[in-house]
Amino acid sequence: MSAAESRPNEAERYYNYAYLDEQTKRMIRRAILKALAIPGYQAPFGSREMPVPYGWGTGGIQLTAAIIGPDDVYKCIDQGADDTTNAVSIRKFFARVADVATTDNTAEATIIQTRHRIPEQPLKAGQVLVFQVPQPEPLRGLEARETETRAMHAYEEYGLQYVSLYENISAFGRIAATAGYPVMVEERYLMSPSPIPKFDNPKMDDNEAILLFGAGREKRIYAIPPHTRVRSLDFEDYPFEVQTWEENCALCGAEDSYLDEVVLDDAGNRMFVCSDSHHCGQRRAEGHVGPMAGHQLANPVAEDGQ
Amino acid sequence: MSAVERLASEPLLRVTDLSRWYGSIVGCRDVSFEMHPGEVLGIVGESGSGKTTLLKCLSGHLEPTSGQVEFDTRRHGMSDIYGLSEPDRRRMQREDWGFVHQNPRDGLRMRVSGGANVAEPLMNLGRRHYGEMRSATIAWLDRVELDTSRIDDKPRNFSGGMQQRIQVARNLIHGPKLVFMDEPTGGLDVSVQARLLDLMRELVRDLGLAVIIVTHDMAVARLMADRLLVMRRGEVVETGLTDQVLDDPQHAYTQLLVSSVLQI
Amino acid sequence: MAYVSVKGGEKAIENAHQWLAEERRGDPAVEEVAVAQIREQLSLAVDRVMAEGSCYDRDLAALAVKQAGGDLPEAIFLVRAYRTTLPRFGGSEPVDTERMIVRRRISAAFKDIPGGQVLGPTFDYTHRLLDFRLAADGAAPPEPAPLANEPQAWPMPTIGSVFAHEDLLEHDVRSSDDAPFDLTREPMSFPAGRDQRLQALARGDEGFLLSLAYSSQRGWGSTHPLCGEIRLGEVAVEFIPEELGFPIEIGEVTLTECQMLSGFAGSAQKAPQFTRGYGLAFGHSERKAMSMAIVDRALRRGEVGEDVDAPVQDEEFVLYHSDNVEASGFVQHLKLPHYVDFQADLQLVRRLRREHFERLNPSKEAAE
Repeated sequence: MSAAESRPNEAERYYNYAYLDEQTKRMIRRAILKALAIPGYQAPFGSREMPVPYGWGTGGIQLTAAIIGPDDVYKCIDQGADDTTNAVSIRKFFARVADVATTDNTAEATIIQTRHRIPEQPLKAGQVLVFQVPQPEPLRGLEARETETRAMHAYEEYGLQYVSLYENISAFGRIAATAGYPVMVEERYLMSPSPIPKFDNPKMDDNEAILLFGAGREKRIYAIPPHTRVRSLDFEDYPFEVQTWEENCALCGAEDSYLDEVVLDDAGNRMFVCSDSHHCGQRRAEGHVGPMAGHQLANPVAEDGQ
Repeated sequence: MSAVERLASEPLLRVTDLSRWYGSIVGCRDVSFEMHPGEVLGIVGESGSGKTTLLKCLSGHLEPTSGQVEFDTRRHGMSDIYGLSEPDRRRMQREDWGFVHQNPRDGLRMRVSGGANVAEPLMNLGRRHYGEMRSATIAWLDRVELDTSRIDDKPRNFSGGMQQRIQVARNLIHGPKLVFMDEPTGGLDVSVQARLLDLMRELVRDLGLAVIIVTHDMAVARLMADRLLVMRRGEVVETGLTDQVLDDPQHAYTQLLVSSVLQI
Repeated sequence: MAYVSVKGGEKAIENAHQWLAEERRGDPAVEEVAVAQIREQLSLAVDRVMAEGSCYDRDLAALAVKQAGGDLPEAIFLVRAYRTTLPRFGGSEPVDTERMIVRRRISAAFKDIPGGQVLGPTFDYTHRLLDFRLAADGAAPPEPAPLANEPQAWPMPTIGSVFAHEDLLEHDVRSSDDAPFDLTREPMSFPAGRDQRLQALARGDEGFLLSLAYSSQRGWGSTHPLCGEIRLGEVAVEFIPEELGFPIEIGEVTLTECQMLSGFAGSAQKAPQFTRGYGLAFGHSERKAMSMAIVDRALRRGEVGEDVDAPVQDEEFVLYHSDNVEASGFVQHLKLPHYVDFQADLQLVRRLRREHFERLNPSKEAAE
């Protein structure tokens, strides 16, 4: 919708830069600083209602709004892809209210907002990765009460988490968590990395970039500053393992990226493609090919204005 | 002073003039005693005698109005337990102590398996080898005379007496120096009680544990305790070796208590 | 069935918005509904949107109802999001409901009370028969209701005054002069003070509170409530600008207030008294105010030494789940793609199934 078009009866609205007022941004930044000072600790903050529903990324949006400036370059992904509908919607929002350049190139971005994945390309110092978090409390599935879980973190009493892992092994012969796999941060705080696949967990350890986690509905911010120890929970005799596939990416041939399963037809045919759409596109641009390189997914229809 | 002499002189637990008031109502008052490793102290009295209040103060769950509880902690040496920070005190409770509750529901996680319950104290201590912990758990379930094939069953699938055995295993597996027991056989039927008490007495002897056991049941006291504190209305009215106190009670109240025991 | 790309991107969103606008408008041959019509003739919908949207502006709420196509939680969300952008220049003085211009005031506790039982504009005694005369457009407006013989007492004394000289009803005293907790500025924190609790309930979903109140009356944590008073009317909103140093009236709001009475056992120190649950909502919102009062009282169980064993008495359960903007967002977020996490689960289940069947049919002797 262009600027020239307006609906009747709509008054002129003036929004502050990046939508939030400066006091709110200041409040959020204070929470961010506290979170960075105590890696893995969930800092409460006065989350505001945003034009996007709770549960759809308001935490990540508020974090971005608090730190973004006109010189930033903004990337937004959902499930690893830049062009899934919610990522498109949020990127458009910031392009408009923050008047900021946007990109799908991981290396070019200064702020990357993500839902449920960490990009394949390693991040560099000076970049900020903003995670959208539905449930910040790693113990919530085991203990419903906030008053109880808060005490567990304060006293470093994580017995409930340990018995849960033990039960997994005794029941399934392995730790069952596949996404949102719990981690210990600096060997002090138990943290949920948000519902990223466990495949992405190792990327958080000793990362050069700043990792910020925002839960708007639950009103918590937590953070991992650069070069922080992040260890996925496991047992010595049942060590942490990432997912692997028998297949490579059908489009670019990548052997070491997270693959999405794409259903091709009703007859059970399927293909596997990189979840990180930019990573895949870049590899194809560099000449890598996979077994289904000619597929329509590799050549999306050009979109207006893109 | 030689190591032996020092060991002999330093108590494991030293309680000095412990009092706890609820407004103007006395919970317990002026309680003093010492304990050494291997001793079993029984605190007996009727309900309302103050033994529950005393137990809570001794076990770090209720700060006394006056007086001190000092314990020889692993991390900090001999310490006033209420002088420790709350996180330190809670860690001490986890690492150095055990607490067997009257109702297994209060001492077990009912929604996880018996095996997980028993392994948890090891994990709290930082152990991370599943296989080793599971072996240790099986060994302990065997020691408390439970069928080890039931290691993955949840506590609710066990009888009350068996749940108590799981609780005992959970409270001993980490090698605590001091174990509190609050009416551990209350609510169990008599024959089950007897077997459980035999087991506990054996374990206490084998491990050289220090135990504080609170009970209103004089038969339990006779079986388990070396020494007794008899409480009435918040005060210790008599103290001494168990056999002496029970066979030759001096205080009128103790005489009443002893005479009212049914001889089975 | 051939593979269909899920990547819609911008074009899909634009088209979706356009289609939505079309559906909102409905049949173009039918006259468009005006915001003023909603404000005037669907005033109870407007009231609910103001109450749960936490913003008193009838035109804004009416616009939200129109934009949301009548979906009230959606309209409430619109108002809340708008509220975020409003600058705050201060707080009003507490409104004085004793000085309300009362249009309706009833009490179930007494047959008659000073000021009288004033029925006001209520659905209560209507017969719920669909009135098909309302279906015919262009009917003449109804005749104004006849005036009473005498003007109403003002100020109309509140139920508290009836009990005052016997000290039968507890007094609500502010515990400190600090500004009340503000949920729109800080996150919820437990244990919750009564200020935080009442604010959360005032913004809370009417349906959720209604069900909780109902459960309480049916015995799940009952407080045996009695309706001490309900009043509806207009109160002045006063504000003290820094430059003036005295209060000025900046407008008036319509409020519905409910006081529910419950018994209290008393204790050694305190003589038995009636305790109170309190409900307050923007606009004419009796169901909301009554439910809120019942839930407020149920959540005070700790203060009055009652056991907690029903959902309505559980502070974390009630307050965390009472906001329908949060609830709706999170429930509906399940529509967002979750295929990355699902892929991980698919892998796991496939592997477990493989292992399961291998255990049952160990056919391969050689190592993999």
